[in-house]
Amino acid sequence: MGRNPVTWLGSPTFPSAARAALADTQLRGNLAHATGTIRTKRAAVVSELPDWERLRLAGEAIKDDVLANLDTHLTRLEAAVTARGGVVHWARDAAEANEIVLGLVRAAEASEVVKVKSMATAEIGLNEALAAGGVSAVETDLAELIVQLGDDRPSHILVPAIHRNRAEIRDIFRATMPGASPSLSDSPADLAEAARAHLRRKFLSAKVAISGANFAVADTGSVVVVESEGNGRMCLTLPRTLITVMGLEKVVPTWRDLEVFLQLLPRSSTAERMNPYTSVWSGVTPGDGPSEFHLVLLDNGRTATLADEVGRQALRCIRCSACLNVCPVYERTGGQAYGSVYPGPIGAILTPQLGAGTDDPSTASLLRSLPFASSLCGACYEVCPVRIDIPEVLVHLRSRSVTEKGPYTPEAVAMAAASWVMTSPSRFRLAQRLLGPLRLLARHGRVRRLPWPASLWTDSRDVPAPPKETFSAWWRRTRGPTSRASSGSRTRSRAPAPGRTAHSALWRRLRGRGTLPNDAGTAPPDTGAPLLGGAFADLVRRVRGGRRG
Amino acid sequence: MADARDVVLGRIRAALADRPTAAPVPRDYDTSRDVQDVVGLFAERAADYRAVVRRVRPRELAEEIDVSLRARGARRMAAPDDLPAWWRIGEVVWSLDEPGHPLSIRALDRSDGVLTGCAVAIAETGTVVLDAGEAQGRRALTLLPDYHLCVVRADQVVGTVPEALARLSPTSPLTFISGPSATSDIELDRVEGVHGPRNLEILIVN
Amino acid sequence: MTTRVALMATCLTDTLYPDTARAVVRLLERLGCDVEFPDAQTCCGQMHYNTGYRRQATTLARHTARTFDGYDAVVAPSGSCAGMVRDLYPGLHRSTVRVAGRTYELSEFLVDVLGVTDVGAYFPHRVTYHPTCHSLRMLGVGDKPLRLLRAVRGLDLVELPGARECCGFGGTFALKNADTSTAMLADKMQGVLDTGARVVTAGDNSCLMHIGGGLSRLNTGVRALHLAEILASTEEEPWVATR
Repeated sequence: MGRNPVTWLGSPTFPSAARAALADTQLRGNLAHATGTIRTKRAAVVSELPDWERLRLAGEAIKDDVLANLDTHLTRLEAAVTARGGVVHWARDAAEANEIVLGLVRAAEASEVVKVKSMATAEIGLNEALAAGGVSAVETDLAELIVQLGDDRPSHILVPAIHRNRAEIRDIFRATMPGASPSLSDSPADLAEAARAHLRRKFLSAKVAISGANFAVADTGSVVVVESEGNGRMCLTLPRTLITVMGLEKVVPTWRDLEVFLQLLPRSSTAERMNPYTSVWSGVTPGDGPSEFHLVLLDNGRTATLADEVGRQALRCIRCSACLNVCPVYERTGGQAYGSVYPGPIGAILTPQLGAGTDDPSTASLLRSLPFASSLCGACYEVCPVRIDIPEVLVHLRSRSVTEKGPYTPEAVAMAAASWVMTSPSRFRLAQRLLGPLRLLARHGRVRRLPWPASLWTDSRDVPAPPKETFSAWWRRTRGPTSRASSGSRTRSRAPAPGRTAHSALWRRLRGRGTLPNDAGTAPPDTGAPLLGGAFADLVRRVRGGRRG
Repeated sequence: MADARDVVLGRIRAALADRPTAAPVPRDYDTSRDVQDVVGLFAERAADYRAVVRRVRPRELAEEIDVSLRARGARRMAAPDDLPAWWRIGEVVWSLDEPGHPLSIRALDRSDGVLTGCAVAIAETGTVVLDAGEAQGRRALTLLPDYHLCVVRADQVVGTVPEALARLSPTSPLTFISGPSATSDIELDRVEGVHGPRNLEILIVN
Repeated sequence: MTTRVALMATCLTDTLYPDTARAVVRLLERLGCDVEFPDAQTCCGQMHYNTGYRRQATTLARHTARTFDGYDAVVAPSGSCAGMVRDLYPGLHRSTVRVAGRTYELSEFLVDVLGVTDVGAYFPHRVTYHPTCHSLRMLGVGDKPLRLLRAVRGLDLVELPGARECCGFGGTFALKNADTSTAMLADKMQGVLDTGARVVTAGDNSCLMHIGGGLSRLNTGVRALHLAEILASTEEEPWVATR
């Protein structure tokens, strides 16, 4: 099996990619503007539907049925598409899917294909595979075109060029688009007009189009593509041959199920009541649209994901990107930091599952880091139209990462130690007392610098000085012990107060090893977290500047 | 090499070894909604997405089509061959797209506009749906001209998406149209006018 | 009749913020509760659970469940610890199910169980409130903390811009993704500073340690203070800074 292109080769782990992204203030500004706009709009169109929560529940249940009976639904879809003149292909992985598509394009004697935006073909790296086979693929979605012309990587599921603002897009068009006017303005309308002119000839002469699918109805063989610009309609109706690559999980059982998704998807993704164009076709219709239709059903890690009882809910995803738009982590790092075509919260749970089993160590590190790219704030789950409990899956995949790394990492050892301490009240109290010496490092009730790994905290945040007396100590001193509610045989005796010897021994050891500064008073004056660029440094400047001025 | 189909289906069955059962789908969402004036809502919502919407009386439809075409300055119009003949008025050259003799892509691209009817319209979302049925033609017909004039009868307007899907045949080639072509790809701001018709005008007949 | 309440102080508050736990005791006793502090309590296991150490989290959860067995109600001055117990304990072990149904976050306990919003507090300062993610989305405490704050005499409550957005704490996220955490913190602090409030409050000392730690690092003079300490403060016994 070849490498799964769901992650980009050589991508660093999330924390290091995020660090670089955070330093890009232009990027953060672009993202904050775009996600801020869409959040407000989404909230407005969602609040228009009194049955929104019921639609979400229905969407969840339909998708759960799809997954629970996936083999049945797929074979029914295959039969329905075949009966209406389509040809169905099955692909175990990216390489096989690419090979099928390249073969079909060659059979159609085309050297150029037009493409409708599709996550599945981005996931399998189809464009690169076609290029290697001598076929050039023209992306026709405006944002995909921006990414393609800019030789860039996508950063959002719906709007792959969300990290670019209008001025940057204008510059890309001026530099790379054949026939673009050097006086092209940065107004979105002019930029859209330039893309229209550029692509029109391609559409009118294309022999083969490649698309993804938002849904495919098992009952009827109806395939659905939801879009805005009309580039989808061009691709789906003008060329002679249409090839659609679709993840296995995009099947829905019945026509009626679309009444749920055609309400959930547009409001969640572009925050519209309905997207401008939705196309539905079944097989081949003589005299209307392509005379040849191929449907490629793609596994590429989906069946492995399906095998995970907690993780499989990620396959409910309808690629709306609502979770990206509300995610505070995504908003600050952008999508490229996730190292995959699937960024944001859904990417953090989908990519590690689709890409699991890689034998490339750096890819494995990236995949293990992704489930930690979240503060577990839960905003994603709140907006997900098919109710994927993303925090639940994140935590589940964190367990998997931890297990893979084994019990001897510094973190695992620290966690084991913490758990050993915390399962015993007496050990816990001893540990609390051992924190006492931190007071010696404090000035004005706060500690400003601690050695690694606590420096990860103190690089940007003070730590409160430990109090002279913990709450439990105060309670025992003033109120006496409350052992348990059910006083009886299971009551444990109180631990003896830890002796001063243990305390001072540890203190001596720490001082001896020099892991703690001897005198907090000599700590260098605070310079506002020199290791951190971006937001924090900005804020330091703003706050300090304001003070001085 | 084993057949990919068998391998994938085998993987699915193995993955579902825990026999997950799916709960019945709760269908208690609203399939229809109480709307006083469905046609009025449709007009409002379609206009929200920058379609030009005019309400006309049945008797005056032909005149109103003429008004629209004049206002647009259209001279070469395309239409499906089963468009009611009396809609094809005005000082306009009408090219008919016939199943045996389809208009070329070039001819469609050069026409000033296209006139069609529709299958269903959805009030809540401001959407018209074409199903290649009567007075609608094949899909390319309404795609290449830059101006789409669409006639919607009041009895074709339903309130909600579920009501619309119930009226449509899933195996016909369908196109749901909500306003002129648009994009949100630049800073997630919606702008109208990309590859599809940049001008959508709707005449509601009641 | 008094309600017999077990205080789950949480490891962080017990160790670093004893004033908060003392405030909870004062407040609940003032409202007629009989407060007990089960001495064997340590940590609910949330940090282990959220970081992927499920087995150790389960051990800690079982210890916690044993410690709090038999009380009418368990009250925690923490949305995330209460959320851990209530939402996640039932899935961990059969012995950790029962405590889940009896555990409340402080503001829920006051409003839903005791049925009070005016707790007789006095706190003459400009305050802004940050709804922590777990209290907001996991527990669904809604506007209960705000209702409690609005009833505090002398308190000038100002709305926090972008209130619903995470402060960037996220437990070990604050260390494992320190840069992103700090970027989120910076925006949260900017929101706090824009309000002109002297105090930012919340129902969770973990988030407050993060926000307050940043505000302190920048010498802003804005203090992060747990909701319980505001609610415990009265004209007779006003809140005083101990550090």
